[in-house]
Amino acid sequence: MKPESSTNISTNSNQRWMSSLFSALFMGLGQLKNKQYLKGILFIIYQSIIWFINIDITSLVLGNIKLPGISLSFEPFYLLNYLQQKIYGVYTLGTIPGEDHSLFFLIEGLVAIIFTFILIGIHIFNIVDAYKNGKLVDQGEETPDFSKSWDNFLEAGFPYIGMSPGMVVLLVATVFPVIFTICLAFVNYDANHLPPGQILSWIGLRNFKDLVMFTQWKGAFVSVFTWTVIWAIASTILSYGLGLFVAVVLNHEHIKFRNVFRTILLVPWAIPAFVSILIWRYLLNYNFGHINKMLMLIGFDKIQWLSDPLYAKLAILMVNLWLSFPFAMAVCSGILQSISETLYEAAIVDGATILQKFFHITLPLVVRQVTPLLIMQFAFQFNNFGIIFLLNDGGPPVFKFSSTGAGGTDILISWVYKLVIRKGLYSYGAAISIIIFFMIAGFSVYQFRQSDAFKEEELR
Amino acid sequence: MAQIKEDDGFLTAEQKSNLGLIASYGVVIVMIIIALYPTIWILSASINPNNSLSSSSLIPAGATLDNFKELIFSNDYPFFVWYWNSIKLGVLSSIIAVMLTAMSGYIYAKLDFWGREYGLMLFLVIQMFPPMMAIVAIYVLLSMFGLLDTHTGLLIIYTGGAVPFASWMLKGYFDSIPTSLIHAAKIDGASQFRIFWQIMLPLAKPMLAVVAMFNFIRPFSDFILASLLLQSQEQLTLAVGLYRMVASQFSQDWTMFAAGAVISAIPVMVLFLSMQQYFISGLSAGATKE
Repeated sequence: MKPESSTNISTNSNQRWMSSLFSALFMGLGQLKNKQYLKGILFIIYQSIIWFINIDITSLVLGNIKLPGISLSFEPFYLLNYLQQKIYGVYTLGTIPGEDHSLFFLIEGLVAIIFTFILIGIHIFNIVDAYKNGKLVDQGEETPDFSKSWDNFLEAGFPYIGMSPGMVVLLVATVFPVIFTICLAFVNYDANHLPPGQILSWIGLRNFKDLVMFTQWKGAFVSVFTWTVIWAIASTILSYGLGLFVAVVLNHEHIKFRNVFRTILLVPWAIPAFVSILIWRYLLNYNFGHINKMLMLIGFDKIQWLSDPLYAKLAILMVNLWLSFPFAMAVCSGILQSISETLYEAAIVDGATILQKFFHITLPLVVRQVTPLLIMQFAFQFNNFGIIFLLNDGGPPVFKFSSTGAGGTDILISWVYKLVIRKGLYSYGAAISIIIFFMIAGFSVYQFRQSDAFKEEELR
Repeated sequence: MAQIKEDDGFLTAEQKSNLGLIASYGVVIVMIIIALYPTIWILSASINPNNSLSSSSLIPAGATLDNFKELIFSNDYPFFVWYWNSIKLGVLSSIIAVMLTAMSGYIYAKLDFWGREYGLMLFLVIQMFPPMMAIVAIYVLLSMFGLLDTHTGLLIIYTGGAVPFASWMLKGYFDSIPTSLIHAAKIDGASQFRIFWQIMLPLAKPMLAVVAMFNFIRPFSDFILASLLLQSQEQLTLAVGLYRMVASQFSQDWTMFAAGAVISAIPVMVLFLSMQQYFISGLSAGATKE
């Protein structure tokens, strides 16, 4: 008698497809067919629980002590029905006002969708596993026994198992809220539609349309958007411009105590930003701020730093420059020190002036290295809520946009805050968030393409 | 010696160089004055005896430490509770962030697997989003689980936000550790986990410390999330508590704020300045081209 495996070769068997089909019908059957009994049984138990058992978390009461417990009961397709019902809830967002909480319906439905994907993923994994081992049988090899396959699983799955704790927290705390926000932009969630009192409904693109159709909203949106872009570009260029200038000055060959000076100049970066922004808010105060006092001392008039729209913009750019130039300076210093001295020596021999040396050697080299950081800085400033909110509360108020709440120095993200927290216009806030989302995603993808982190390193 | 001299007018090269040096010192001194101006002002305000802050001299007349005393023994402001809250949140979030990301950093740096690029892309994109953007969602989610106004809720959001950046920094560090170590260990038959735990992790200690520091400081510098998620006086962190001292329309305790700001900002400042090169290289990692 020939061993079983070699008969399979000779008959040009298709164990891999049969096993896959078995596993697709019911998890574990393919593994049984591949003679991996323990694994097959575990899969069968798993799928039986998923399909036929109602798992309920109850509490066992023993005298005075309550213990959490699990009650199991036979109920075909309980979990699947439950998931289906929750996913249907995303479509309706509830039916009984006052009882059904639309937001919770949305959240539970999204969780149910994610959970369904995980179940499908496990099933696909099961089919692929059956296929692979079936292929081994087709090639006349032994399928690995349980402890061997467990080891293989741990070895091949190591990357996924290892990063799963971080990924889970990331998904729960960061990615899921973003998905939820995207959904909110397409429902009518505002102060007049507050769950659970009212049922929300899907309204398509109406929130976006409102933002560009109503005159006042349109005006506010265009104005805030323009200022956001100007703000992000200006503060990025200013901080790196001044940072580079100070770095070049500090790099002067005869200067002493260079590192001491550099450390002192890093102080604005080292103090928690909210503290220094609040101090600046006080210093810029019209009546008792120190800056106006000094202006008066040297014979100037007081300036409405925080309540004149133009000066407010200027003031916020200057304070932000104060906050952000030290980091740029530190980065530029690092780059300057890496530029080879011979380049400058050669330039001197050619009779180059200081300015020529700067514009033809220093600047191009620094710009090339610093470009990715500029993009990150731009993205950061684009959403720099902290300084806008803490320095001037996005103010001064702009009369013609009064119903939208947008102030003279508001950027998109601080406007979102006002819409959401002060006006209760949650869906408008979410819609603007999506616009920010696409802007930032564009930058990140560009940044990703530029970054060498993915191409040039050796693996293994 | 062939010295290069420029004869383009009135000054010799040496005089020019001296002028340049004087100008350089001038620029540096002006910048230092600007950089320290608010700091000196807040120090002076913190020892100012009255609440009006009208004094414009550097050391106010009748300088006193009363503001610090008043703050410490204040009944209105549980300053030490806020301090303790910030330290507690800082320690917990730095420990959790390191535990969550040490392995991801290693995996993304040294292993090849399906989905690696998508993961890195996800980190990079997520890292650019301020949590502010999803604030409604965060608020609703936390209220659904009864986590509003609790440190647990804030901690979850902090650590979730820390994962991409911390993984990214650690990946950068593991990239610089030679891969040959892994090959050698593999030949000796070490398992994946042992290679990570016994060989790579000890080598990454410096960067782990930096990541821990970054996350420790977060509750001291984050104002926005904490102010939205924490409400009751005893739950506040330093940042929110200090802000409330001066944000209220009815009472603006600027001198008390100044004292509180000095006490809370100095440790953070010292930490940042003493670890500046790690922080700066960490912050620019993944962005600068080699």
